[in-house]
Amino acid sequence: MSLAGFEIEVERTGATGLETEEMTLNMGPQHPSTHGVLRFVVKADGEVMREAIPDVGYLHRSIEKISEKVGYHGFMPYTDRVDYVAAMFCNQGWGMVCEKLAGIEVPKRGEYCRVIASEFNRIASHLLSVGTMVLDIGAATPFFHAIREREKINDLLEELCGARLTYNYMRIGGVAWDLPPGFAEKSIAFLDAFEPLIDEYNDLITYNTIYLGRVADVAAISRADAINYNLVGPNLRASGVKYDVRRDEPYSIYPELEFDVPVGSGEEGTVGDCFDRYVVRIREMVESCKILRQCFKQMPAGPVIAKVPRKFKPPAGDAYVRVESARGDMGWYAVSDGSEFPYRCKVRTGSFAAMAIIDKVSRGLMIADLVAVIASLDIVAPEVDR
Amino acid sequence: MDAAAIHQRLKARFEAGVGDCDLQAKDPFIRVDPAAIVDVCRFLRDESDLQFDSLSNETGVDYKAKGVIEVVYHLYSYPHRHAIVLKVDAPRDTPVVPTVETVWKAANWLEREIYDLLGVTFEGHSDLRRLLMPEDWIGHPLRKDFVEPEEYHGISTRRESLLR
Amino acid sequence: MSLINSMPEMVITTKADAFLNWTRKSSVWWMLFGLACCAIEMMQTQGPRSDVDRFGTAPRAAPRQSDLMIVAGTLTLKMALRTKLLYEQMPEPRYVVSMGSCANCGGLFQLAYSVCDGVDKVIPVDVYIPGCPPRPEALTEGILKLQEKMMKEKWLVRKEAAGEPAAA
Repeated sequence: MSLAGFEIEVERTGATGLETEEMTLNMGPQHPSTHGVLRFVVKADGEVMREAIPDVGYLHRSIEKISEKVGYHGFMPYTDRVDYVAAMFCNQGWGMVCEKLAGIEVPKRGEYCRVIASEFNRIASHLLSVGTMVLDIGAATPFFHAIREREKINDLLEELCGARLTYNYMRIGGVAWDLPPGFAEKSIAFLDAFEPLIDEYNDLITYNTIYLGRVADVAAISRADAINYNLVGPNLRASGVKYDVRRDEPYSIYPELEFDVPVGSGEEGTVGDCFDRYVVRIREMVESCKILRQCFKQMPAGPVIAKVPRKFKPPAGDAYVRVESARGDMGWYAVSDGSEFPYRCKVRTGSFAAMAIIDKVSRGLMIADLVAVIASLDIVAPEVDR
Repeated sequence: MDAAAIHQRLKARFEAGVGDCDLQAKDPFIRVDPAAIVDVCRFLRDESDLQFDSLSNETGVDYKAKGVIEVVYHLYSYPHRHAIVLKVDAPRDTPVVPTVETVWKAANWLEREIYDLLGVTFEGHSDLRRLLMPEDWIGHPLRKDFVEPEEYHGISTRRESLLR
Repeated sequence: MSLINSMPEMVITTKADAFLNWTRKSSVWWMLFGLACCAIEMMQTQGPRSDVDRFGTAPRAAPRQSDLMIVAGTLTLKMALRTKLLYEQMPEPRYVVSMGSCANCGGLFQLAYSVCDGVDKVIPVDVYIPGCPPRPEALTEGILKLQEKMMKEKWLVRKEAAGEPAAA
């Protein structure tokens, strides 16, 4: 909450006043906030933070080095673990960078399958992000609503590819399997039931006075800062930059789909505060539902995967692709030396930059606000550490 | 603007520091000397028709055979919606590259990661220390000649595994 | 049929150990130690569909208040030292459930340079749950197996020290 109205003048270090000194507190790596193993060393003057220094690397699983040992095809399951909450986007990113290196074109139906899987995953990821954000702030009920809807999406995706969380659904050149029979009807039934529930979220929490007191006007990130620190995705859009990779650097079949790009406008506080980041995600879920309906209507028949050799040896060179993941523009960079194993693979994720900006943004906030800031920036530890 | 036009602008402004532009690559890139990289980046960010206001990605690649570590910069411009790739070579024995943190704050953590995993020292960086590995780790893991230590603080890293 | 005013006088006999174990297994409070992907499945297990709270479990934030540590996710070397510290902070009797392949044996990250292959390299484990990630049903079965293990424990029976003859 903002400190307006709470300033109390206390005499410090005076002859008759109180002597105060800074505390250094440790938050993490095990903590009840649900964003994974992150650690902050907080230097606080009472409740107000002077510095919150992040310490990361507790989930560094050396995924990039493993790519050099398992080969292009074998790396696909590892990409799921780069961001397990929104794994389909990571699959798509790796598939796209390999296809760019080798000049492979994915068949139309394969692209539609990819977009359907991705947009379902976007809804699931935003549900989890919004649910854990309100849980961290203290509201326990909307979290269970979010988990309940996530279970239904997990059922649909499990029918599609067999896994609930780390899908490994996409392959280089397309997707592994076509949509099962009856999938379209079940999905439309789910969307029909889900869209009114987003309004339920707005009733429950979005305009709740207590919630607004916790998130409005907290940690407003200006447009210039957001671009300079390379914030991406909903974090960037909340600060007023109308940019979405699907709209501005389109890939796959997004040019054929119509959807809006919600942007933060400071409706309950300042532009770019925690509330804007939250409400942009809620609105993006609505847009994803629109995209899904269009996909099911427009899908052509045909193969879902291009012919890609078992021993995949792209020509030497490097390539960089960008995918609009749930957490923003995820950049995949791969260097090939002509052999079956990538020479170097690098993922630049949205949460990496968001962690870097926390120190700047949290000066002068209270310790309880730090949780709100981390949650609103939608940071997941595996994206930061890989 | 496409890569060739950007290269011409750079060559006109910086005769010495800017090298060739490879237009045949999948992502056309421009080679830049390490000494000139900060000025080139500042020029790219501030010129009104270039306006590369965002550092999309900064990667280090260890080319052991060529004896260099290459630092690759992917730049993007939100106003003009164009992108460019810059590549800087540093010798593998003592890789030193000036930092671009003063141009884009995003470079702070990206360069810390390259320092941690590849051992490239960025001159002028405000806080160059390990990011992902523990502070007392020895070695730079993403180098091609990295050898895993036998144990770390009493935990053995050897494993009887079917994957190896 | 109401139980009030309808039963004859009776006495239930049980062993003291069984009674104590029954009270302890019905209230296993676990520490939130979600490290990676398995943590999301742990959250889903707490959700409305596969509700693990009906077995008496409850999530706790601090190790000092918890009986069980579910290690859900990959343990890196940097985290392994902290894991040992957290285990030592838990009061006895304490249990550890290793959830998922990464915590069991390193999982698919055995090729990594920074991953500790299995949480049992640092702390003793009671139940291993395979899966990547294990389904909520698998985690629930793992907790039930742990409850079975807890029922078999003997806390009050005098133990003979090894090498000494049994007391007369």
